[in-house]
Amino acid sequence: MAVAVQPEPGAEKKKSSSTIARVGRYSLTRLVILFITLVIGVYLTILIANMGGYVDVIMKAEIRANTTMSFMSSRAVQQMDPATRSKLLEAMITQEDNRLGLNTPFAIRSFRYLGNALTLNLGSAQQMTSDSGSKQVRLIILERLPATLLLMGTSELFLFFSTLFLALALSRHYASFWDKLVIALSPTSTVPPWFYGIFLILIFAALLHLMPFGGLVDAPAPTNPVDFVLNVLKHMTLPALSLILASFFLTIYSWRTFFLIYSSEDYVEMAKAKGLTSRNIERRYILRPTLPNIVTQFALMLIGVWQGAIITETVFLWPGLGRTLFRAIGFYDTPVIVGTVVIYAYLLAITVFLLDFVYALVDPRVKIGE
Amino acid sequence: MTMNNLRKTFQEIARYPSAIVGAVVILALVGVAIYTMITIPYQKAIELWRGGEDVWFMNPKNVPPAWFNLFTAKKQPVSFVINDQQGQMTRTVKTHSDGSQSITITYTFNYAYDYFPQDILLYFKATFKAKQPFASLVWITPDGRKINVTNFGVPNQFTYRVSQDSVLQGKLHGIDPQIALFADPKSPDPANPVPLKGTYQMVVSGVTWEANSDLSAEFVLHGQVAGLAGTDNYRRDLMVALLWGTPVALAFGLLAAGGTTLLTMVFSAIGAWYGGWVDGLIQRITEVNMVLPFLPILIMIGTLFSHSIWVILGATVALSIFTAQIKAYRAIFMQVKESTFVEAAKAYGASNWRIISLYLIPRMIPTLIPSLVLSVPSFVFLEASLAVLGLGDPTLPTWGKIIDDAFNQSALYNGWYYWILEPAVLLMITGLAFALLGFALDRIFNPRLREA
Repeated sequence: MAVAVQPEPGAEKKKSSSTIARVGRYSLTRLVILFITLVIGVYLTILIANMGGYVDVIMKAEIRANTTMSFMSSRAVQQMDPATRSKLLEAMITQEDNRLGLNTPFAIRSFRYLGNALTLNLGSAQQMTSDSGSKQVRLIILERLPATLLLMGTSELFLFFSTLFLALALSRHYASFWDKLVIALSPTSTVPPWFYGIFLILIFAALLHLMPFGGLVDAPAPTNPVDFVLNVLKHMTLPALSLILASFFLTIYSWRTFFLIYSSEDYVEMAKAKGLTSRNIERRYILRPTLPNIVTQFALMLIGVWQGAIITETVFLWPGLGRTLFRAIGFYDTPVIVGTVVIYAYLLAITVFLLDFVYALVDPRVKIGE
Repeated sequence: MTMNNLRKTFQEIARYPSAIVGAVVILALVGVAIYTMITIPYQKAIELWRGGEDVWFMNPKNVPPAWFNLFTAKKQPVSFVINDQQGQMTRTVKTHSDGSQSITITYTFNYAYDYFPQDILLYFKATFKAKQPFASLVWITPDGRKINVTNFGVPNQFTYRVSQDSVLQGKLHGIDPQIALFADPKSPDPANPVPLKGTYQMVVSGVTWEANSDLSAEFVLHGQVAGLAGTDNYRRDLMVALLWGTPVALAFGLLAAGGTTLLTMVFSAIGAWYGGWVDGLIQRITEVNMVLPFLPILIMIGTLFSHSIWVILGATVALSIFTAQIKAYRAIFMQVKESTFVEAAKAYGASNWRIISLYLIPRMIPTLIPSLVLSVPSFVFLEASLAVLGLGDPTLPTWGKIIDDAFNQSALYNGWYYWILEPAVLLMITGLAFALLGFALDRIFNPRLREA
């Protein structure tokens, strides 16, 4: 991401070509490449999620077992003669196979999955249902999205801005006590969020009984909207705190090192010599040239929010997208898996594409397609 | 690197106390790993861990380690066994003229704890042809009360659990037998009895009816604490898994970190050196890989293909090679490629591989070592994370799997904190040790980041 100017094979330097043509050509090549990347990525996911077709075998066996069981338990069936009975059973199994499309060869089906995924036609889930009872993958995802956005969005936004400002402050006080403290604490970020989660649950839920063990709201949920919001916030505190704790100090440390490198540039020394206020120096001479990196991190952070935090959500029983994805994998529910992955891939590709333009906007030294 | 350079590096490392702490902890962990693999060989560890009730019958369920007593004024009972090898047991046999025998087994022990035990068990073994031997149990308290516990005919193998005996419970006014047998009759509050301290005796009087018929029994008291690490819901000593988790965690972390770092470097060197379509291909693979979500793919591989730790390790390395790191290494190699000593090598006719392995890669070592050490914790925790999701290797006992077991039994909710804390603390110590060493190495090898 750090390389802002990316020469592409087709984009030869022609002094005569106008800016619009250059940008247009660059954008087109870039879009094509990103799209191909995305297609390959999504297709690989489809292959892995189906075990290259082996999931079909598992599902067919499961359908046979389940259909036979429900079929045999019906009283009407027990009075039929064996031949009719087995014929009817086979017909029911074939019907169920057809419903899930298992009778088409996987190679053909995989491309149909790909086409559907790329057109965001997410289809319906095989096993899972949303809480409202729908099998539509779109609805399952939309139902879980708010919980994930609430938890991840809050903690990631807080993390992003707090670490940025603290790092800026630290870079001004190089080698101070706080600076050294942050450096000493930065190894704490090798521990993943769910791990902090365990300790937070232990202390605040099990020992002190201050916080709930997990979940989104109490059951039954408070009816009063104000109480409801407060209750959700209470449930959110521990997972959010563990997400923040897990990357807080290392993020400050890396931003601070980054700002330090930029504050030792000659033009910053020059600005200091001119007697500009430190506020001005920070805004114009340190933040301005580092803006592309800050924007990149911000964009990547926003995409990361989409995926949710699989393990943290599992540990805290938070009904978000990460947990849904994990459950979908357990159910071999390919449409749900592919649905979440394809949206993530699109978001990533679009972000990467747009970032080039953002670089050119915030950094006059960068020219698109040169 | 010459010897002199190496010595200088070590001297620099010695200047960072955090690096020394990290290195010492890592060495200690390696020591534990080697000790474990020698004393509890792999096969034995698996047998122990999957052994079930037959192996672990002496242990109580879900109790913290015995050393908890060191920190409390009131002592929890420690589990113990009395049989012909250990403990105070007497066995007298009297043979009668008709071939029948009277066997009296007396178990004597001192109970000096402030709480009641979890259970008392007697494991009977009898040999006979047609007629079962008969046994009656009498409990003698320190103040001399004699309580008739029970009597029964003994089959070939029989386990008598005091806590399960509802007839005895009825006899003891409905109080749980394992409490009533130890309760001080002069307890200040009869609703909350305290145990009477002193010497207790369990007397088993048996009669066998046939010649060559025999009766023996083992006495086991399940306390409220056991072993160095406590036990889980299958009575297993957690120490086995804690010990075996060490080599597994170290092997997974080091192999994954080493494999990923080395392969990333080799691929970026090849790409940077050959350029053209080779470089293009590596770049495209990297971009595709960055679209793939890492953890969901790993979970899919774990769920659908194999739980084996080696498959997961391979998948982890394969997915971690083509990441943003390869682009960073490539940028450095591009600079090195233009330097004069590479020109010189080209001039004397060095082959491509010679230049890559002798000129390009060695220049990366200073960047490589810190990032290798720093990436170890994330892989150690990755293995634990997958185990917590229930995707741990089904045969191996690992730290992550202890946490997973504990979660499945709602250990935090039930107050069995030791069960989660022990593996968690070990994981954290391992992660922090590598992090401390890695951060120090980073500052030594990349002086630009060095602190004042």
